[in-house]
Amino acid sequence: MLEEIKIIIHNGKQFITDPKNVHLPEPFRGRPVISTVKVDENKLVELCPVSAISANPVRIDLGKCTFCGECAFRFPEKITFTTDYKLSTNIPERLIVKEGENLPIEIDREAIRPEIKDIFKNSFKLRQVSAGGDNSAEFELNACGNANFDIGRYGIEFVASPRHADGILVTGPITENMAEAVEIAWKAVPEPKVFILCGTDAISGGIFAGSKALNREFLNRIKVDLYIPGNPPHPLNIENGLLDLIGR
Amino acid sequence: MTDKTQNICRIKNNSVIGLNKIPVYSYANFSGLVVEMLSKDENHCVNYFASPCKNGLRFIAAIADDNAGDIILLSHILTSSEPKQLNSLTPKITALHIFEREIFENYGIAFKDHPWLKPVRFPHDRFDRNLKVNDYPFYKINSHELHEVGVGPVHAGIIEPGHFRFICNGENVLHLEIQLGWQHRGVEALMLEKKQLLQRVILSESIAGDTAVGHSLAFAQLMETLGDIKISEQLMVERAIALELERTAVHVGDIAALCTDISYGLGANIFAILRTGIINYTQSWCGNRLGKGMIRPGGINLPFTNEHKEHLLDVLAKFEFQFVELAHRTYKLSSVENRFDDIGTVNEELIRKIGAVGMAARMANVKRDIRYSHPFAGYISYPIEPVVLPKGDVFSRFLLRRKEIKRSIAWIRNLLDNYSFDTPSGKPVNEIVLKPDSFAISLTEGWRGEICHCALTDETGSLIFYKIKDPSMHNWKALELSLRNLEISDFPINNKSYNLSYCGYDL
Repeated sequence: MLEEIKIIIHNGKQFITDPKNVHLPEPFRGRPVISTVKVDENKLVELCPVSAISANPVRIDLGKCTFCGECAFRFPEKITFTTDYKLSTNIPERLIVKEGENLPIEIDREAIRPEIKDIFKNSFKLRQVSAGGDNSAEFELNACGNANFDIGRYGIEFVASPRHADGILVTGPITENMAEAVEIAWKAVPEPKVFILCGTDAISGGIFAGSKALNREFLNRIKVDLYIPGNPPHPLNIENGLLDLIGR
Repeated sequence: MTDKTQNICRIKNNSVIGLNKIPVYSYANFSGLVVEMLSKDENHCVNYFASPCKNGLRFIAAIADDNAGDIILLSHILTSSEPKQLNSLTPKITALHIFEREIFENYGIAFKDHPWLKPVRFPHDRFDRNLKVNDYPFYKINSHELHEVGVGPVHAGIIEPGHFRFICNGENVLHLEIQLGWQHRGVEALMLEKKQLLQRVILSESIAGDTAVGHSLAFAQLMETLGDIKISEQLMVERAIALELERTAVHVGDIAALCTDISYGLGANIFAILRTGIINYTQSWCGNRLGKGMIRPGGINLPFTNEHKEHLLDVLAKFEFQFVELAHRTYKLSSVENRFDDIGTVNEELIRKIGAVGMAARMANVKRDIRYSHPFAGYISYPIEPVVLPKGDVFSRFLLRRKEIKRSIAWIRNLLDNYSFDTPSGKPVNEIVLKPDSFAISLTEGWRGEICHCALTDETGSLIFYKIKDPSMHNWKALELSLRNLEISDFPINNKSYNLSYCGYDL
C-alpha cells in the first residue's frame, strides 16, 4: 500500500485542468494562417500532396489537409501553422482557411439540429467505428480517455454497443469492405443520434481520396454533425470539438 | 553478390539489384531452393510475392540469413501460357502459407495441396471480384456439442475492425480463426498511382499510424537506395532515436492496456500517462505525437539539435524513474503474474514453424531482430543487442516490453552521451530519379517487428510494383495458436499482448 501511495505521489497531478486553454509547444501544427505575401501560387498548389490548397485567393481546406507542413516549410513567408489546436466545426465551409484571415474555427450553435441540441449536455455516449483508419485517430481517441485528457469527467464516453450510444464517430476513409458495417452500426443507434467524422481520412479520404478500395456513398445520405480534422486530430482538438457540440 | 558455387543471389539490407541479376529458376528448382533455405534455423522468409511482368508473373522470394546479415533472392517466372497452378510449398514450410494465399487471392494461382487456401484481405483488385468480404469460408467442425462465437468486424472499444470466429466446447476454445481485410484502403496500388514523392511519403506514414516511423523509415530508405542518395550519419542516428521513441511509447501503452484488462488500476492509469510524456516529446521535435512528418527521404525538416538532446535526456530521466518504480511494483504482484503466467503459450518450435518475427519471435526464444541481424540507420554505428525470453506466454510478452523499454532507453542514452548534433542532417529531397529495371529492398525493425518494403522499377525508372509487409502478416497466426485450449475470456489479454496491426495487414 505504501509503495502504491509513493508511486501516486511521484506521478503527481497529471490531468489537464482546462482543456479549452492549453498552450501546446511549437512545432505542433494546428490551425494554419495564410499571409497576403505574393508567392508563386501554382507552385504552392502543386506541392500539396492532397490538393488541400487552392489559389486566388489562397485557401487551405483542413478537411483535406494532412498537416504534413510541407507548404510552410517551403513557403514560410506565406503559410504558418499556429499551435491553435481547436479545429472542429459543424460547418464544412469553416474548415477552409483563407488568405489574410486569422479567425478561430468554431461551431455554429444555431446550425445544430434542434433534436440533438442541448440534450447530450451532461451525458454523451459514442460508438466509434474504424473504417479503414490507420490506428492513429483511434490511438488519440483512446488517449482522450486517459488520466491526462480525462474526457470522462464531462460525461463523454466511448461505449461498446451502438445500442447504448448517442451517436457514431467514424475514423478512416470508409473502405468498401467496411461500408456496410458502418451503416449497420448507424442504424443500430436509437434516435436522436449524432454522426461525427474524426480525422482527415474520414472527412475527405485524405491521402486515400480517390482510391478504388473506398466506398463513401453512405456520406451522401447522412447529415454530418461534427467534423474533427487532423492527421490524427490531437486529443485536445477532439475533446473541444465534442464539448462545443454538446454545449459545454 | 552471387555465390558462384550454388548460383545463389545474396544482397544486403537497403540495397538495389538489377532485375535481370536475380536468378530465375524453374519452379521445381525454385521450390527446392526455397525449402532448403527455409529449413535452416538462421533463415526466415521476409517476403514472397508475385508481380506482373512482360511474359507473365514474376515470383520473388526474399529470405533473410540472420547469421550472415544477407538477404537471399530467388525468383521464378510463370508465363501467361502456362496453367495457373503450382505445387504449394506450405506443406513443407508452414511460414509460407500466408504469402501463397496472397498470391492466390491477387492472381488466381491455385496452389495445389495448400491446406488453407483462403482469401487474405479482399483487396479491390483481387482476382475473384465476386467473392465479398462477408463470404469468408470459415473452418467448421460439425458437432452438436460445439458452438461458435463470432466477434466483429466492429469490436467493443476504440479499435480497428476484424472478425474473430471461435469454435468452443463450453468455455474452452478449440479453434480461433481471424478474418481480416476490412481496413483495406489500396495502399500498394496508390503507391504506384500517386506520382509525387511527398504523396508516397504520406502514404507510407499511413500504412499503420502507430508505426508511422517504422514504415516511413522503410519507405525513405528504399527510395534513397533506388535513387542512390547518400545521407549523413547524423540523420541515420536521428532516425534510430525516433524509432526507439516509438517503440518505448507503444510498449508502455501496451503495458497499460494489459493492466486495464486485468483491472490493475494503478498500472492502467500510470503507465498510460507515462506514454504521454514520450509522445509529447516526439511532438515537440516533429510537430506530431505519432512521428508523422518526421521521416523524409534524403533529410529532415526539423532536425534533432543539441537542445533537443538536453530535453530528451530530461524527459527520459523522469520517465525512467517513474517507469522503473511502477514496473518494480507491477511485475512482482502475484495477482498480475497469476493472470499472465502460462497463458497463451506458443513455444519456440511453433514460432519457428509459422515464421513469426519481432516481439512475437523474441518472446519465445527466437532471436530475430533486424536492428541486430541486418542493421540499418543508427544501428550500424551503434549496435543493439535484442532481448530474448524463453517461454512464449502472455507474461513473456508483458515482460519483453518492460525489458525492451529499458534497453531502448539505455541505447538512446548511450548514443546521446557520445554524439554531438552539430552537423546539418540534410534537407529532404523533393524528387528522386529511381534506378531503372531494378529491385530494391528495405527492412526495419518497428516495435512489432520486422517491416519489409520492396520496389520494382521499369526501364524508365518508374515504380511498377510496391510491396509492403507489416510484421502482423506473420504474427496473426501466433495469436490464433495462443488461444488453443484457453478459455474465451482469455482472449483480450492475448490479443493485447500481441497488439497486432489490422491496417498494416489489410493495406
